[in-house]
Amino acid sequence: MNESFVLGLVTIISAATPLLLAALGELVVERSGVLNLGVEGMMLAGAVTGFAVTVTTGSATLGIVCAMAAGMAMAFTFGVLTLSLMANQVATGLALTIFGIGLSSLVGAGFVGIAVDPLPKLNIPGVSTMPVIGPLLFSHDFLIYASVALTAGVAWFLKRSRGGMILRAVGESDESAHSIGYDVIRVRYMAVLFGGLTSGLAGAFLSLSYTPLWIENMTAGRGWIALALVVFATWRPWWVLFGAYLFGGVTILQLRAQAEGWFDVPSQVMSMLPYIATILVLTIISAGPWRARLKAPACLGKPFRPAS
Amino acid sequence: MSLKIERRQELDLRMFYMTPVLAVVLTVLAGFLLFMFMGYDPFLGIYYFFISPLLSGYGLAELGLKASPLILIAVGLAIGFRANVWNIGAEGQLTMGAVAGGGLALALIDVQGFWVLPLICIAGILGGMAWAAIPAFLKARWDVNEILTSLMLTYVATLFLSTLVFGPWKDPMGFNFPQSEMFSDSAILPIVLEGTRLHLGVIVALLVAVAGWVLMTRTIIGFQVRVVGQAPAAAAFAGFSRKRMIWLSLLTSGGLAGLAGLFEVAGPIGQLIPSISPGYGFTAIIVAFLGRLHPIGIIGAGLIMALSYIGGENAQVEAGMPQAVTGLFQGLLLFFLLASDFLARYRIRFEAPTSRTTARKEASAQ
Repeated sequence: MNESFVLGLVTIISAATPLLLAALGELVVERSGVLNLGVEGMMLAGAVTGFAVTVTTGSATLGIVCAMAAGMAMAFTFGVLTLSLMANQVATGLALTIFGIGLSSLVGAGFVGIAVDPLPKLNIPGVSTMPVIGPLLFSHDFLIYASVALTAGVAWFLKRSRGGMILRAVGESDESAHSIGYDVIRVRYMAVLFGGLTSGLAGAFLSLSYTPLWIENMTAGRGWIALALVVFATWRPWWVLFGAYLFGGVTILQLRAQAEGWFDVPSQVMSMLPYIATILVLTIISAGPWRARLKAPACLGKPFRPAS
Repeated sequence: MSLKIERRQELDLRMFYMTPVLAVVLTVLAGFLLFMFMGYDPFLGIYYFFISPLLSGYGLAELGLKASPLILIAVGLAIGFRANVWNIGAEGQLTMGAVAGGGLALALIDVQGFWVLPLICIAGILGGMAWAAIPAFLKARWDVNEILTSLMLTYVATLFLSTLVFGPWKDPMGFNFPQSEMFSDSAILPIVLEGTRLHLGVIVALLVAVAGWVLMTRTIIGFQVRVVGQAPAAAAFAGFSRKRMIWLSLLTSGGLAGLAGLFEVAGPIGQLIPSISPGYGFTAIIVAFLGRLHPIGIIGAGLIMALSYIGGENAQVEAGMPQAVTGLFQGLLLFFLLASDFLARYRIRFEAPTSRTTARKEASAQ
């Protein structure tokens, strides 16, 4: 295997990570029965906050923490509107995205054109120097390891833990969960906040690691692709990981094709590929023989108010 | 005293129509705080943003110019939103309308005639419809989520337009700028108010709003749309086809968005350029909600959102405020609207805490 091929694979991992982080959070949100379409807005809030704090304080750690807090603050707004005030979830999610785009470009206006050092690579001693698998598996920044660990964590939480069981019960049948004494609204608040946390983190990864600078609207639809990934994965964490790497692959492949001029088409046509791939994948997953396994949480998007 | 929240039996209609006003007031107040926080004189900021654009004839004409596409698109979107069909990709349909109509205008660049304009309008509508037909087909056939597909197609449409104006449709005499030739006079919308940029599109937008109102309140189609959205089971029982509603609402909103896109390129712009809309397709979603999904309400809401664009530009020129304030205000407005709708659907009552004796009496009575 030649070196540039391995490097290509490494960049795929990098391109997939923001999608993975954001989609994992949204998966938990949706499993609790809530549809938050504001992922794009929360990612932008995280991206600009992470970048601004890192530039101002010089500490990327603080930047990442603040990015997660910013995502959670956005998610909390969504929670108040949809969970406490029973607003329409689709409309509120859109509002969150529109607001996030405006807010981030306002905050980020003073940070355009500044660059930061990308997050340091954590080389695992002993194995990171091995050929091929060294750079591929053991020489990434912290957030990439964290995203894989988070996949395992979410999978374990949903399937094996008591909290995950309650969360799924709330998403499948809010009325019954309520009647056996679980606080539906509280569970959903926590899920929504977790979604904000990972979206903020995904944004921070974009602005601190993937392209370590702030560009207005730099998420470029990744929040929406993350939403599509959750459907693609039929609400299963390891499938989200698979889907994210698949999309990372498409993104990097089209970028390489543009750079190397593999095909005689305008660069814009190649840039369309990730979006077209999203549509194709959504169609295949909705139309194919897998359809029987399309298991959206039964209460997805439905408001719940305990009868008092 | 304790707070008690109970669901109203019926929507409080007075509240329902008052909340948009409340939301606008809250947004202006939030703007006041925001300006203060950003270190601008808040009174001056509010003045530049919300008042001074309304003080000149030119400003008012610009208001109509920017409100027209918003009204056109929102009237179409409102039909879908009522039927629970979420077309989020109007921006893409707008772009494809501009591509189709603008492409025809470029093909007819040497042709004069009164029929050129109607022809490119039809092309614009068809372009938007064709783009909306993709999510409609996928939704009707396989139940593919139309929110995601229509949105993804927006990115594709923008890139497509960019391919054309950077490539085959680039003006050979244009000093290599990514723009097409200017359209011929026959393909440019006539101005309705001398000395301004206000064109025929504003009249079309108003007519479309009235037509939308008639459709939704006076026809069986409008009735079906509302039943499908509010009571899908009843609609299925009555034999109203959900698939037909999907097609109807996406094609209508797509066609209107396409027309709005064509009006931009055949109106104030006059040629094809890479970026033809400051997000009208997305802002129209807010307009539809702010106008209570009602065509007449949408006219008012369209004017308010148009003000946010013009106010933003004005504040940028006069006070050097960042353009992004506009988007922030638009998001805030929708937040406040959604939050204050709670008042229309729920009743909040303050109650004195029940004393022990009455509580005991109540308990024994049960």
